[in-house]
Amino acid sequence: MADELMLEIVTPEKMAFSGKIEEVTIPGSEGEFGVLRGHAALLSAIDVGELNFTKDGKKTYYAVNTGYTEVTTGKVTILVETAERADLIDKERAKKAKDSAEAKMSKLPKEDVEYELMRAALARAITRISVADKHA
Amino acid sequence: MASLKDIRRKIVAVSKTKQITRAMNMVAASKLKAAQLRMENFRPYALRFMDVLTSLALRVDPETHPLLAVRDPKRIRVIIMTSDRGLCGGFNTNLIKAAERFVREKTAEGKEVQLIAVGRKGRDYFRKKVKLAKDWSDVFGKFDITLAVKISDEIIPPFMQAEYDELYVIYNEFRNIAIQRPAVVRLFPLPPIGKDEDTEPTARIDYIYEPSDEILLGKLLPVYVHVLIFRALLETSAGENGARMVSMDNATKNCEEMIQNLTLRMNKARQATITAELMDIVGGTEALSKS
Repeated sequence: MADELMLEIVTPEKMAFSGKIEEVTIPGSEGEFGVLRGHAALLSAIDVGELNFTKDGKKTYYAVNTGYTEVTTGKVTILVETAERADLIDKERAKKAKDSAEAKMSKLPKEDVEYELMRAALARAITRISVADKHA
Repeated sequence: MASLKDIRRKIVAVSKTKQITRAMNMVAASKLKAAQLRMENFRPYALRFMDVLTSLALRVDPETHPLLAVRDPKRIRVIIMTSDRGLCGGFNTNLIKAAERFVREKTAEGKEVQLIAVGRKGRDYFRKKVKLAKDWSDVFGKFDITLAVKISDEIIPPFMQAEYDELYVIYNEFRNIAIQRPAVVRLFPLPPIGKDEDTEPTARIDYIYEPSDEILLGKLLPVYVHVLIFRALLETSAGENGARMVSMDNATKNCEEMIQNLTLRMNKARQATITAELMDIVGGTEALSKS
């Protein structure tokens, strides 16, 4: 039986993480959910948000971007376009991105396509800042 | 015949050029290595993604999604990917030629074609001739998946709103370092997924889908576009550096050959002056002894 839970975080650039863990919390598009071993097979979309997992009783935080997760018996695969570990996030850059997105949004009408893009950029920046704060 | 001094100067000039081409060759080689590594790293992501997308597409009728809608192709858009910088042999010329041929064919069929350029060389070439729908330049130096997302964000909405009917990508297919080949691939409407594969029904796992499988497919299809575009970008970038490596290697060899020829000519010229001087001296002494 599956005594352990394997986690793989894959991005287009690299395998961000691969290893045994105890528990993982995933920012699903329908809300955050946790996965323990023995979880039923699941396929879920992932939205911009914070992902964390517990390994040897220690929590690690990641800021992730859209993708999906596949849960099968004893294994969780996470495919996201970006995944940044909390201690590697450049907070200054995230703050700048947040400011510029806010500035642009204030000038654009709500119907503009650009507005929606900026909103997404803002959400990403805010997530990165909050995840970086968790590490500090 | 050129003077000795001229030849010497030329040799110095050519050997300086050789130094530059050799340096560029080495830079291109290391960049190529990095690009190949990125392609390798991207593979697991792409493979896993395709697995899930295929299993999902088998469950829902994918024809319903607007990205798969087949319309009478009257208005066509073409993404032409080239490098930002030159000095890479026929790399960009080949891509541009392929694009021109493609546009000519489609225009001859009475279709309306619009171009989107990724990479400076293609933009500079086509900008003078036609109006580009959109272009991205100076992107290949450093790019990641966000570039593919940006491009997708620009091309997906107009397709879904039926502003155009077909999208093609012309990029460089990376076979190996020596072979670069322009490839023309239709991107939209997306090809049917998982239709001709016989996946055994028992091998499929019944997942819990969150949100529903249809919505999930709708969310994953744009990501599929990112994957396809990112791969094209990676291959083009690897091809650019491969082509530059090869052409700079040739240039270095040509420089060596030129230096060899020039040295030969220089020695001949030197010999000629020495002989002439000797003749003068001999003639002089002879004239002196006679008197």
